[in-house]
Amino acid sequence: MEKTVNHKAWFLVLPVLVLVAFSAVIPLMTVVNYAFQDTFGNNVFFWNGLGWFEDLLASERMWNALGRQLVFSGTILAIEIPLGVFVALNMPKRGVWASVVLVLMSLPLLIPWNVVGTIWQIFGRVDIGLLGYTLDSMGIRYNYTQNPVHAWVTVIVMDVWHWTSLVALLAYAGLQSIPDAYYQAARIDQASRWKVFRYIELPKMAGVLMIAVLLRFMDSFMIYTEPFVVTGGGPGNATTFLSIDLVKMALGQFDLGPAAAFSLMYFLVILLISWVFYTVMTNLDKRGG
Amino acid sequence: MTATATNPAAATTRTRSRAIPRVNGSAVVMVLYLLFLMLPIYWLINMSLKTNTEITSTFSLWPQNLTFRNYVTILTDPSWYMGYVNSLIYVVMNTVISVAVALPAAYAFSRYHFMGDKHLFFWLLTNRMAPPAVFALPFFQLYSSVGLFDTHIAVALAHCLFNVPLAVWILEGFMRGVPKEIDETAYIDGYSFGRFFTRIFMPLIASGIGVAAFFCFMFSWVELLLSRTLTSVAAKPIAATMTRTQGASGVDWGVLAAAGVLTIIPGALVIWFVRNYIAKGFALGRV
Repeated sequence: MEKTVNHKAWFLVLPVLVLVAFSAVIPLMTVVNYAFQDTFGNNVFFWNGLGWFEDLLASERMWNALGRQLVFSGTILAIEIPLGVFVALNMPKRGVWASVVLVLMSLPLLIPWNVVGTIWQIFGRVDIGLLGYTLDSMGIRYNYTQNPVHAWVTVIVMDVWHWTSLVALLAYAGLQSIPDAYYQAARIDQASRWKVFRYIELPKMAGVLMIAVLLRFMDSFMIYTEPFVVTGGGPGNATTFLSIDLVKMALGQFDLGPAAAFSLMYFLVILLISWVFYTVMTNLDKRGG
Repeated sequence: MTATATNPAAATTRTRSRAIPRVNGSAVVMVLYLLFLMLPIYWLINMSLKTNTEITSTFSLWPQNLTFRNYVTILTDPSWYMGYVNSLIYVVMNTVISVAVALPAAYAFSRYHFMGDKHLFFWLLTNRMAPPAVFALPFFQLYSSVGLFDTHIAVALAHCLFNVPLAVWILEGFMRGVPKEIDETAYIDGYSFGRFFTRIFMPLIASGIGVAAFFCFMFSWVELLLSRTLTSVAAKPIAATMTRTQGASGVDWGVLAAAGVLTIIPGALVIWFVRNYIAKGFALGRV
């Protein structure tokens, strides 16, 4: 759509600007403030320059948390994206069943994150949970509170349970936009199922899949509540991801300086990914209309 | 090509014979996937209908002595049900604020070019993506210093951080679908901006407003970290109340499960109406 130049439009965005500035810029300035200062208590601060950042870059704790975070995000992407596409390809196209399937699939997306944690905490327990009990009676000594590997598996399966539907719904929306004529043409050419997927469905889904990848990466990159409820970051630090570590540092130990430096670097990563996201979105908009 | 041309009947039978097992295969995949999704939820409901003794002593796939006592406990104890009331209050406040300020802004973004529009739009997106963990401590200090700690409005405002950008992006996605000629015709007919916006434009994007409101509601409802950090007693959300089931005598599993089931209900109630927009809402109006 052709847009006209009108600087008075600023008045329309002003309320948003004020509100978001209040809830984003002021707190962020506080963080910046702490990131460069140190204190001996009593609210007396002095300039610390890049000290906290140097400490942070040298600290094993941060790198470990970052490493765990990247492994986690990578793993859930590697599972959720193919699985979501696979589910989308098998979803009914129209009719009552399509609606029922849509509703049932959306259900996990709407559950409060701490309840998602609670559900899996219960589900995985050997004494009272269906999953834990079943595994235990099959002779697998499953214990997500003691065994780091089991804790990881639990947290990943939980995330797959929670968010695969989102990938599937996005891919499904991409599939719905393919005209029937394309499939008919493929049938006339006797294209194999794989070729239909590779040359018709996948290119048409590419845009939404990119959105799905970025959304899942962003949201998994700042995951806090669900693993916190299930494992509390443990056993040991096995499932302490970036956000969990940051909250421990900021609200648990009140290490303001390091926490603030941590926050800023965290935020820079988010900024970078947001920019990629934005570029993808605007390209998609241009292509779409 | 030649095969299809010379013998079309054979080609149709082949596609049909291939089509039938594929539908069945899809059904199997969907049943398995939905089973995977529903089992944990089913287990939660199952537990919420059992007594604690039954939960810990026997293992059964459905309640042996069906009881609603867990739900009664929650719905009669103020310290429990006030958690839901508090959550609902700040969630509704947040939804109203977010949609109200986002409507004119989304209109501006969808219709006009103005100085810095692209930067502003991008900056909004970064706030949607911002990790709450980064903001927890500064929010705590900010709202404490202005005397808003432990109030509903504090949580509502804090959630605006990600919900206002979300609402702007979703609404903009819907508004760009409305042809600009409608605006121009209305202005020629002598409508003022305000009257045009409320009488003509808003009804046209009613579904978009519904979707934006739904997503604001939902993201505020599911968030725990900020709402827990900004409240202590008076505005304590249900998500934080749930942690108190861990008492001295162990966890009150039945009540915990019942509380969990009750938090799923708001989403489950409206899900049918937004089923075709879930993907669009999560993708910020861009699918």
